[in-house]
Amino acid sequence: MSVYYTKEHEWVRVEGETGTVGVSDFAQGQLGDVVFVEVPQAGRTLGKGDEAAVVESVKAASDVYSPVSGTVTEGNQAVVDEPSLVNTDPEGEGWFFRLILSDTSELGELMNAEQYQSYCDDQ
Amino acid sequence: MTETEQALPLDGWHRARGARMVGFAGYAMPIQYEGILAEHKWTRESAGLFDVSHMGQLLVAGPDAEQGLESLLPADFAILKEARPKYSLLLNDEGGIIDDLMVTRRGDHFYLVVNGATKHGDIAHLKARLPAGAFLDHMKEQALLALQGPKAVNALSRLVPGVEALTFMTAAAFTIDGVAAWISRSGYTGEDGYEISVPANAVERIAELLAAQGEVKPIGLGARDSLRLEAGLPLYGHDLDQDTTPVEADLVFALSKRRRVEGGFPGWQRIARELSDGPIRKRVGLMVDGRQPVREGAMVVDGEGNEVGKVTSGGFSPSLEAPIAMAYVPAAAAEPGSRVSLASRGKIFTGTVTPMPFVPHRYMRKGAA
Repeated sequence: MSVYYTKEHEWVRVEGETGTVGVSDFAQGQLGDVVFVEVPQAGRTLGKGDEAAVVESVKAASDVYSPVSGTVTEGNQAVVDEPSLVNTDPEGEGWFFRLILSDTSELGELMNAEQYQSYCDDQ
Repeated sequence: MTETEQALPLDGWHRARGARMVGFAGYAMPIQYEGILAEHKWTRESAGLFDVSHMGQLLVAGPDAEQGLESLLPADFAILKEARPKYSLLLNDEGGIIDDLMVTRRGDHFYLVVNGATKHGDIAHLKARLPAGAFLDHMKEQALLALQGPKAVNALSRLVPGVEALTFMTAAAFTIDGVAAWISRSGYTGEDGYEISVPANAVERIAELLAAQGEVKPIGLGARDSLRLEAGLPLYGHDLDQDTTPVEADLVFALSKRRRVEGGFPGWQRIARELSDGPIRKRVGLMVDGRQPVREGAMVVDGEGNEVGKVTSGGFSPSLEAPIAMAYVPAAAAEPGSRVSLASRGKIFTGTVTPMPFVPHRYMRKGAA
């Protein structure tokens, strides 16, 4: 199991063919109090970088982009019902959606945890 | 902080308290400390301390000060009593709003508080339009704090005995810890509270003293915006601008009765016409269906998707736990209960015109218990 990060502050945790996607702890800190989340429906096909979900804080609205290509298997209803999970557990219970990866080679273009940390330190 | 942003007198104090700073009105200002929701709720339940030193504090003095101001503002200066702040509007010749402000008679002069983002334009306008016997001073040496919330009176009266006797929209001179302070019972949150003008060179000591009271926490601009939106109070540059009249903006209360009839202020002809015939469009409050906020810039649309109005402020109400907005809609759609459609982020939202304030004001009015 490995976790990869994007420059747009999404993460994807990969177990076999399945990826779980959310936004990073750094991102939730920048967003502030999250009050609304919209997640994609199961069956939707996403390309890498496609707009996949929406997250809105008290301050502003942001799009969440899919870090990899694939087919959505599940949107997280818990985070829709309780958007503050994005703040309290962004890289755990606050995940947005799961998908079956269609091209695992795309993972090579993402950052690992260590690379992402230094990327955030430069922000 | 970018080079073009100025530091407020409390800049270091905000940063030491963990504030996240953003550019606003040409200054680096605290947008939040612990978080907007927590700060919003704290202000509604206890007392929040806001640094509003970016706002312009002006004095207008001289033999022609009163007549000069009356020629530029729709307020009735003949009945403007000493130390009674009055909400008023700087109007252009077409009746558009140059700024909204507070004006207070203070002995032989008038004290004005204007918006930070517009203060330099206001000063230029006033200097160009005031008569020769009226003199303007921009009090750059003064800082401005606001203490807002149901427990503001407890915290401030502990330090400044006597402030509890002020009622909503009254003011007086006091001292805090030996520092001269002009304090009014007023604010921009819908809560009871005070606005406190003190010399900038003493404001850090005063802020520290206020924040040391158990009821008080510092509050950033983010919560200031969500609080004023719930209170139905317009924000200049968003809900009000040079192309918007007081009648359209539903600020008729700022047009004093005598002045509505007599005129003698910029834009009166258009304003009088709108008062008798009704405006084409009007600022209203909206409760938006669902949970997703609709924000400034969204369009109000008709059944065919044509733009008929615009959202000028919008967000998530922490008190109501629902999205709320202010919008300009056609006069025919401005009645409470009217349904509206909004286009935002590629989607159509629906909402209902709702009387403002969204959250009831809790001012300490004269005669109230």
